Amino acid sequence: MSIVLDLKKNKFLFEELIKRDYKRRYKRTVLGMVWSILSPLLMLTVIAVIFGNFFGRSIEHYIIYLFSGQVIYSYFLEATNEGMLALVSNSSIFTKINVPKYLFLFSKNISALINFGIILVIYFCFIAFEGIVFTWQFLFLLYPVICLILINLGIGLILSALFIFFKDIQYLYRLFTQIVSYGSAIFYSIDILPQHLQALFYCNPIFVCITYFRSIVLHNAVPDLRLHLLLAGYALVLFGIGCWVYKKYNYKFLYYV
Amino acid sequence: MKEILKVENVSIKYITGDFKSIGLKEYVMRRLKGNYTVKEFWANKNITFNLEEGDMLGIIGTNGAGKSTLLKAVSGIMRPSEGTIVRHGTIAALLELGSGFDGDLTVKENAYLRGAMLGYTRKFMDETYEQIIEFAELKEFEDRPFKQLSSGMKSRLAFSIASLVRPDILILDEVLSVGDGAFRKKSEAKMKEIINGGATTILVSHSLNQVRSMCSKILWLHKGKQITFGSDVQKICDDYQSFLDGKLKI
Repeated sequence: MSIVLDLKKNKFLFEELIKRDYKRRYKRTVLGMVWSILSPLLMLTVIAVIFGNFFGRSIEHYIIYLFSGQVIYSYFLEATNEGMLALVSNSSIFTKINVPKYLFLFSKNISALINFGIILVIYFCFIAFEGIVFTWQFLFLLYPVICLILINLGIGLILSALFIFFKDIQYLYRLFTQIVSYGSAIFYSIDILPQHLQALFYCNPIFVCITYFRSIVLHNAVPDLRLHLLLAGYALVLFGIGCWVYKKYNYKFLYYV
Repeated sequence: MKEILKVENVSIKYITGDFKSIGLKEYVMRRLKGNYTVKEFWANKNITFNLEEGDMLGIIGTNGAGKSTLLKAVSGIMRPSEGTIVRHGTIAALLELGSGFDGDLTVKENAYLRGAMLGYTRKFMDETYEQIIEFAELKEFEDRPFKQLSSGMKSRLAFSIASLVRPDILILDEVLSVGDGAFRKKSEAKMKEIINGGATTILVSHSLNQVRSMCSKILWLHKGKQITFGSDVQKICDDYQSFLDGKLKI
């Protein structure tokens, strides 16, 4: 509740922070915002060329299959990586001015979300181009997106706090995201793996998100209730832990930056 | 008179020598050997004072006396390790004005961002922006990246934005000495205007003359401890002066 009130009170600050984060990202680049479209597309092309031959024949609409994984994973990666730095990079502000510190994290997440939105538009263009028909089921895509936002915020809250206390976390996290990337079945299908290994993939919230997307986009089928509950569970638990960590260490950050 | 700020037995502790400052390897080693200890450092110990509406408190003390830490606690940035602070009304702290700006953004963008941080509304910023930039004498720089400004210009902008605050409690940490001579006159006048507007003010200054002429109460800190608090400004300043001259031992 108090977070909602705070956000209302700090609306102007929040907007200015989002603007700043978004502007600063491409400040010194020639192509500017084009990069946020270009880099995932280039990545997509490379993976499609390399793995298209392996899996392209067995997976229908392989480009869309791949893109679904890529778009979600890169949003997750960007939001959490930026989130990790959110507190440390703004430490010169919150040690001088009394502002709610989570605003810095939220604003980074919003600017990652904006990028995600832009890429989603291209994603839908590809879907149309592949001849897939848009149905009302597509509206269900909002569900995994909302869950993913909460997951990213939760992980961001945890990481940004940890990063203040020990910087090693950024190397550990890089390793971790690498594992998540392979464990998200972005460019392959888990059908090629034995049954007991397949179950393991559902421990990975990003994989669950991607599966949800693919189910709707490629098979026009809303996933069953279990997948919904699993995703909601991940979102609430991670966001909950994040809030708890933030609340607990909120006033300790100051001593360590 | 209405009481506006009450600080009771406030102590603030810093911890040094924990795993953060000695590194993970050393931390594990010491833990294994069993000689891991953290050192406590009390930046403030048992500070007690209270202010009434319209009071002007001067905080004096040598470097490392704990003045800035106390101000951070009063403004709510830090939480005291012990003791309580009760505030009635809004509070604005102007600490180290020049920091916290973004070098890549333009002067104008930075002005809005800072205004937002100080709790202004967008409407208020739209209305007063011209006035701010005029006062800071930076009109021709408003679209330049902030990092291109000289440090004097930066603090001029910071002061101009901050000086629009109308809080119930105003905290000033060495901000009265901003910019070159001409600007300093202007900024002092502006500060006096705010103070005369009825705000309860806390002022940290190394200029005893300033403290003598402006303050109605005074708090003297030394190495985190409270030496005196009282309204006999001249007497306490005299004592502090003779302490600085080495004539008085505490």
